[in-house]
Amino acid sequence: MTTSMLIRGGRVIDPAASIDAVQDVLIEHGKVARVGGGLTAPPGTLQIDATGKWVCPGFIDMHVHLREPGHEYKETVATGTRAAAAGGFTAVCCMANTQPVNDNRAVTDYIRAKADSEGVVRVYPIGAVTRGLDGKELAELAELAEAGCVAFSDDGHCVMNAELYRRAMEYTLPFGAPVISHAEDHTLSRAGCMNEGVVSTELGLPGIPSAAEDVMVARDVVLAELTGAHVHIAHLSTAGAVRIVREAKARGVRVTAEVTPHHLLLTEEVVRSWDPNTRMAPPLRTKRDTEALLEGLGDGTIDCVATDHAPHALSEKEGEFDRAANGIVGLETAVALMLDRLVRPGLLPVSTLVSRLSGDPARLLRLPGGALGVGAPADITLIDPDATVTIDPARFRSRSRNTPFAGWTATGRPWKTIVGGSVVWEHVAEGQRP
Amino acid sequence: MGWTRKDLLTIRELEPAEILTLVDTAASLQEIAGREIKKVPALRGKTIVNLFYENSTRTRTSFEIAGKWLSADVINFSASGSSAAKGESFVDTARNIAAMSPDVVVVRHGSSGAPALLARELSCAIVNAGDGAHEHPTQALLDLLTIRDKKGHFEGLSVAIVGDIAHSRVARSNIHGMKKLGMTVTVAGPPTLIPPYAQELGCKVSYRLEDAIRDVDVIMMLRLQQERMHAGLIPSLREYSRYWGLTLDRLAAHARPDVLIMHPGPVNRGVELSPEVADGPYSVILDQVAKGVAVRMAVLLLLAGGRGGEAHS
Amino acid sequence: MTARPPRLREKAEVLDTAGLDRALTRIAHEILEKNGGAKDVTFVGLRTRGVTLAQRLAAKIATIDGASLPVGTLDITLYRDDLDMRGAPVVRATDIPFSIKDKTVVLVDDVLFTGRTIRAALDALIDLGRPKMIQLAILVDRGHRELPIRPDYIGKNLPTSRREAVAVRLTEHDGQDRVVIEEPEEA
Repeated sequence: MTTSMLIRGGRVIDPAASIDAVQDVLIEHGKVARVGGGLTAPPGTLQIDATGKWVCPGFIDMHVHLREPGHEYKETVATGTRAAAAGGFTAVCCMANTQPVNDNRAVTDYIRAKADSEGVVRVYPIGAVTRGLDGKELAELAELAEAGCVAFSDDGHCVMNAELYRRAMEYTLPFGAPVISHAEDHTLSRAGCMNEGVVSTELGLPGIPSAAEDVMVARDVVLAELTGAHVHIAHLSTAGAVRIVREAKARGVRVTAEVTPHHLLLTEEVVRSWDPNTRMAPPLRTKRDTEALLEGLGDGTIDCVATDHAPHALSEKEGEFDRAANGIVGLETAVALMLDRLVRPGLLPVSTLVSRLSGDPARLLRLPGGALGVGAPADITLIDPDATVTIDPARFRSRSRNTPFAGWTATGRPWKTIVGGSVVWEHVAEGQRP
Repeated sequence: MGWTRKDLLTIRELEPAEILTLVDTAASLQEIAGREIKKVPALRGKTIVNLFYENSTRTRTSFEIAGKWLSADVINFSASGSSAAKGESFVDTARNIAAMSPDVVVVRHGSSGAPALLARELSCAIVNAGDGAHEHPTQALLDLLTIRDKKGHFEGLSVAIVGDIAHSRVARSNIHGMKKLGMTVTVAGPPTLIPPYAQELGCKVSYRLEDAIRDVDVIMMLRLQQERMHAGLIPSLREYSRYWGLTLDRLAAHARPDVLIMHPGPVNRGVELSPEVADGPYSVILDQVAKGVAVRMAVLLLLAGGRGGEAHS
Repeated sequence: MTARPPRLREKAEVLDTAGLDRALTRIAHEILEKNGGAKDVTFVGLRTRGVTLAQRLAAKIATIDGASLPVGTLDITLYRDDLDMRGAPVVRATDIPFSIKDKTVVLVDDVLFTGRTIRAALDALIDLGRPKMIQLAILVDRGHRELPIRPDYIGKNLPTSRREAVAVRLTEHDGQDRVVIEEPEEA
């Protein structure tokens, strides 16, 4: 393994350092050594000609389900991190709804050990807020933090008990790790499987009103204000929630939020196909909601993009819509689709997208990385902005194939992914060995 | 207009001319019920599978009779006590049935969209006999046939559909069919049983029975299920029937003397319909049932009726 | 999928108005002769022109004999052996509002060709009741039988080639009474 690497002639986009220019990046011993023009490298340096490519701080997906331990038939740390690398991500944060739940350090240690031995990108575990995700008793949050959890979340479930959630926020204040809310009032969402609206009425499917999310976002914002804690709202999906977060931020509440690519690109209309790969929680909403989400992402109300990568086996995502599992994979489709559908048409500046995928999640979770300053870990995402790709689930590195984007084409795609100065994935043309 | 679709999944996707083809064909087939030998050879050698995941003796029997009067071989497959009960997935069941080469699969399922799934998986014709709260096309067709039989036409008629619209596939299919044939539809019931954006389906909305039934040509009452009470949508059946149940005096006070009373059955006597109304002179409920067989014969005939060569006389 | 039928043009007139009427009059007399009168005789016409011809025959018998014989309508779509519902016209009702049990049914059709239509009609009639006897009255027999069917009463025998068509035009449907042979237009 070479200890130095020179990435030459690429367009370096590092919003955290306000750089957007053609520069060279020199990497030594797994860290960024220099960023500048016309750099020279010592002999034996691996040289990468990045002419025409973009060089960005390594992307971080702070909402991923790696499914290990317990649901290895859907995904493992090994396959999930390979999917991440192929999608241009250098780090992922994995949620706690495994089996057993990551509500104690033994499971956290297991995940980290797996990541060290079999993972190809950085893995930061997220610990559960409550034992078993039951919403009744706090998990041993201090020990989870010590074991390396970077945040706490019962994601998949909402902590319905406000008093308990308040105490969780207070308890975790000293750890510097936010509580991540899956904001969904389960009494309002009940048996719903898609957005409650015109389409659900016509299809005769039980719906989940936007209010189910807005009610809990409002509650969590109020609790964050009460406790002074940092609350991060996962997978925002409604215009109402964007409004609540924007207003709360303006008042100085420590709330942050994320949005998935699918909530930016798809609406409830796609459910008319009855494709179970259009079922997720929160559900796809209306055009008005996607527009508000994009606006929020642009103005910083929404701090980052996170895929909520949720692998499921084929049997769980074929068949009756109202019996399908919630969620889709996202690691291998996010970057290309957002480059093509948001950046290229001018709906989102490229620097904003890069920031929302690197610097912003790093800052929010206090992770190393997210910028290409001297001494930063050499986690780098290289993009080929002109290459085209057709989404083909059969070629996914993920163990699962549940995506509604099969067959979509995009111009702009990840090209190479570098973690700690090593190339962990690079695009190989059709017909060559991967 | 001839019929060219592989399946009958929804009324929503049909052209008005296609609906009329189905209704007209059904009208021609009604006389078979009056024959001594109730059989025509049109579907001889064809296999029809009734795949019913929800209990429904009435609809399943209607399809079975329809298939047998057309000389088809009819197989009944009900979910309980079968591979489905043993945990076989819907998709696997579908593939297994497909492997036996049926000509038509008639499917009733509790999940909206299930027939569409079958239609993609199987190359044979699929008939939707009711999917979740989505559609029940043959019910709407027999309702339309009944209405035309009594009123002579469709255009300009007004209909009130009363009851649990939110959970009703009968309501949805009828709204689509009636709108396409030039009728006006009002849905009525307590607000908790009217789905959001109901007007987007093309109907008016009323929360008062008295207002809804005034001046309409047809009143269609829907069955109210106990579960709605338990789900917190209405406080009690008693209150529901006091304010939205159709009784003789409400009928006399507000409705037109030539109004038709319809109900897809089975009737909860005393809840949505008083016995006097259900069994009274305005009710055409039994006519609906009779026409159900003719409609289902028409559907099976148009979907599975032969693929011959050129006609010779 | 059936090919588009070729366009046809008239080749020759086979029966004019007077000739058609004379043929029907003769058939009416033959029916009475063969059955020893009008007792228990009924007509069933095949849609559409067979029904019209049956009505005309019944009217002539009423003039000749005074008997008012019933006329029923038979739609054989459901009995065809070449049934193709795709794009086909709507199935129309069969309407035979009298009992055919123990009666003599005279089946009436305009053109007899392969015999398959009559085979279907026989199946339908037997399903509808048990007639004592079924006889067949045809205005034009153009040959090319594929089944052992033979008419009892024939208006005109007309040898044709397979590519030709025979068109029977009746005032009630087409505004005039005549029978013509048609042949495909040369390409």
